[in-house]
Amino acid sequence: MTIANIDAAWIDAALTAARPQAVAALLRYFRDLDTAEEAFQDACLRALKAWPKNGPPRDPTAWLILVGRNAALDGVRKQSKSAPLPPEELISDLEDAEASLVDRLDGEHYRDDVLRLLFICCHPDLPATQQVAVALRIVSGLSVRQIARAFLVGESAMEQRITRAKARIGAADVPFGAPDLEERAQRLNTVAAMVYLVFNEGYSAGGQELLTRGALCDEAIRLARLLLRLFPGEPEVMGLTALLLLQHARAPARFDADGAVVLLEDQDRGLWNGRMIAEGLALIDKAVRHRRPGPYLVQAAIAAEHDRAERPEDTNWARIDLLYGDLEQLAPSPVVTLNRAVAVAKVAGPEAALEMIEPLAPKLSGYFHFFGLRGGLLLQLGRRDEARVAFDQAIALANTAAEAAHIRLHLDRLMKEGVGG
Amino acid sequence: MLYAILCYNSEDVVGAWSPAEDAAVMARLGAVEAGLAVAERMGAAARLLPTTAAVTLRKGRELMVIDGPFAETKEQLLGFYVVDCADLEAAIAVARDLAVANPDRGAYEIRPLAVYRPGCLAGAPRQVRGRKAHVRGAGA
Repeated sequence: MTIANIDAAWIDAALTAARPQAVAALLRYFRDLDTAEEAFQDACLRALKAWPKNGPPRDPTAWLILVGRNAALDGVRKQSKSAPLPPEELISDLEDAEASLVDRLDGEHYRDDVLRLLFICCHPDLPATQQVAVALRIVSGLSVRQIARAFLVGESAMEQRITRAKARIGAADVPFGAPDLEERAQRLNTVAAMVYLVFNEGYSAGGQELLTRGALCDEAIRLARLLLRLFPGEPEVMGLTALLLLQHARAPARFDADGAVVLLEDQDRGLWNGRMIAEGLALIDKAVRHRRPGPYLVQAAIAAEHDRAERPEDTNWARIDLLYGDLEQLAPSPVVTLNRAVAVAKVAGPEAALEMIEPLAPKLSGYFHFFGLRGGLLLQLGRRDEARVAFDQAIALANTAAEAAHIRLHLDRLMKEGVGG
Repeated sequence: MLYAILCYNSEDVVGAWSPAEDAAVMARLGAVEAGLAVAERMGAAARLLPTTAAVTLRKGRELMVIDGPFAETKEQLLGFYVVDCADLEAAIAVARDLAVANPDRGAYEIRPLAVYRPGCLAGAPRQVRGRKAHVRGAGA
């Protein structure tokens, strides 16, 4: 019988799954990120020894918190022989029994613990990419090497970045008391934005990078589901999770074998992940019942319109146009208007779309997709010379090799047709 | 006697399977199902989407729809089988086969059925394509 044996893969998955809750709870005990992380690390090492021998505990997370806390307290005690005792508040709840700990794991505390842990990674002084790196390190537990690979930088550079970011976080004073409703809502917003950033880091990767960076999308979905389990009644968390699932469902079709971009309309829809789409649609259904649509839910609804269309020509562009109109009101931004213009081009033609994006030029003068779309629309209108200029600008602004290659395809076609005509 | 075999496992762990691992487990479980089908003992079987996709209708004086699964537990109900077995021992034997095919943690709860209506559905879940959702105007 193999059931009593637990394999390394299971332990690995269990430790990864427990990490956010466990580190968050340890952070509350010790009020110090490094101590909390070391305590968790310590507990993991003990789990690797104890679990294969004794079988896994009924509640791995509670086990890891208890063992981690005891291990760290041991460390504090040893140090205290030669150093002054730490202030009382540094070690809270020293006498807690395991039972009450498990109780608290299920309670509100634990929810705020994890939210706090995620929130401190979103320190406003940290640039977006550093927020993402720190969250991946602290919350997801990815190694510095994995994160460095995902960001396409050297390991030591990433190590430095994370160390500096953590020092900033350490200096920030995020209160440990339970947040009030407004504070909680604010934290949730900030954290949701960070999860979306993690996703985008993976989603914007192309071709060769996809193997290493695509994992970031899976990680973001894991974090979103974690948030959703903590805040099961928040429609925007449902919307965020749905959005990530519905976009990631198309990942297997987004690039061809050579790593080149395959446009939505050219993708093999049979490759889309049906189970992810079903889950995303189920979450939208749930969220809609709350009758207060937010930006994530509307974006998820837009993604759903694409995912639902069996063939590109079945896409309901009029509805997508309306949804983008809603999004422009909920979260106005030139990028949203730019995206709306794609739908407008389908519904009302390239002329109308071009008219819509021209006023965006000053704000989007450094944005690859602006010039990509502009070039496409000009081309449809037969304004070939202007199209070529726009495509050249797009290539200069491309973020990835795949993006540049895609525009070059347009240009090549232009050149050929130019010669032929 | 018909038995339900309810599949409980940690959603986190099962969710962390790679597509290849997932496919391998499903193939091994499929072999067990095929054996039962040949013996004409296989009833309905289902794999559920994550509990985060669930809503729960709470009964009481007022019916209330709550987001999330009925119970927040360490292990979640992830799917079920209905099988025809001579007795409890035979049902446990089927669960054992499933456990060998999917030797992860978790548990199979074996429960005799009181009523079974096979229903009229055939095959895979309905295509998601072409379905309508109504986000727009929901806030108005």
